[in-house]
Amino acid sequence: MPETRQKLLVLYLRTPDLHAGVVAWSEFDGTSAADERHTSGDAADSGGATNPPYASVVDAMRDGWRVVQFPQQYPAYPGTEYQVSYLKYEYILEKLEVVDG
Amino acid sequence: MADSTHLLNSKQMARFVAEGYLRFDELVPDDLNRAVKAEMDNQAIPREEAGLPLSAIWPEAAVGRVFRLPEIEGIIHSLVGPDPLYDHHAVHTVAAGHHFGQHWHADAIIDTRLHFDIQFMYFAHDTPREMGGTLILPGSHYRRISESDIARYHNFVGQVPMICKAGTVIVLHHGMWHCAQPNRTDEMRYMFKLRLNPTVRQLRLWNTEDIDDPEVSHILSTNQPWHGNEERIEHVNRIHFWRFLTGDDQFDNHYWLSRIENEPELV
Repeated sequence: MPETRQKLLVLYLRTPDLHAGVVAWSEFDGTSAADERHTSGDAADSGGATNPPYASVVDAMRDGWRVVQFPQQYPAYPGTEYQVSYLKYEYILEKLEVVDG
Repeated sequence: MADSTHLLNSKQMARFVAEGYLRFDELVPDDLNRAVKAEMDNQAIPREEAGLPLSAIWPEAAVGRVFRLPEIEGIIHSLVGPDPLYDHHAVHTVAAGHHFGQHWHADAIIDTRLHFDIQFMYFAHDTPREMGGTLILPGSHYRRISESDIARYHNFVGQVPMICKAGTVIVLHHGMWHCAQPNRTDEMRYMFKLRLNPTVRQLRLWNTEDIDDPEVSHILSTNQPWHGNEERIEHVNRIHFWRFLTGDDQFDNHYWLSRIENEPELV
């Protein structure tokens, strides 16, 4: 049984629609070596890229990414209707990749 | 007391309200930049006591002369008034060959005030992209988060790396999201940060001669590409902040608050 490891892609959208445009993103690569992030300075860091890797969640799904978490939607708690804080439309996607044991 | 000719105007204040920062390229003269760089190299800028008047800080040091430049005093007066307090400063460094970016954060903790502090970021030497500089996110200053709550985010459409020449200064609302960037050169990268607190009500402290310029409304309506569906909520926050700064509690922009404040009682 080959060992698989997880890559995560987090996409933040303009609206909850999975076709909506990406406004922010993060990548976490569990297939990389432990110290790779600290030498590569690649897109897995803040400021590592200018353009999103995909246009939408559906665009990423077409490339093999599987959606593993949807953002829950709740009405604003009374008194917080006009407050802004975290990015609301956060989708977490994964790929499993076979790695050499 | 700041020279009135160096106060910000209403269009600049509107930009600060909409984007959370203002940028002044090559504002500080080269001789002063070199002197401050030497002070940072020599770790010669002492940490002062929080809450002291800014006027009592660094009477002799070159960095003190930077913040007594008439142009800088005009910025300070316009945003936090004539006698601000020193909160803290930091000589931020990114070592040569440091190849990963800092996590996104805002300084301090959740701050629910309309009153606001400012943070200067002063770049005393040229800062090309391979050196960083500090990455900032325009329009992030109303977001209620605590310091590194946002560390999961890596990149935003519309993020701005501070690529600049020596002597460039930006002034930020205290809530702005930012992070240091990798330094792929063989020289230390510096950014000098100074936080100031107001001691007066922040009410029409700038040059308000252009307060009715239609461009003010246009600037207040400027969207950030990462705001998405929250653009309109951001506008509501800007309107509240402009009301606070101008003392005009009837101010509105594109009817956003007039509509939701309309609760007629006429029967």
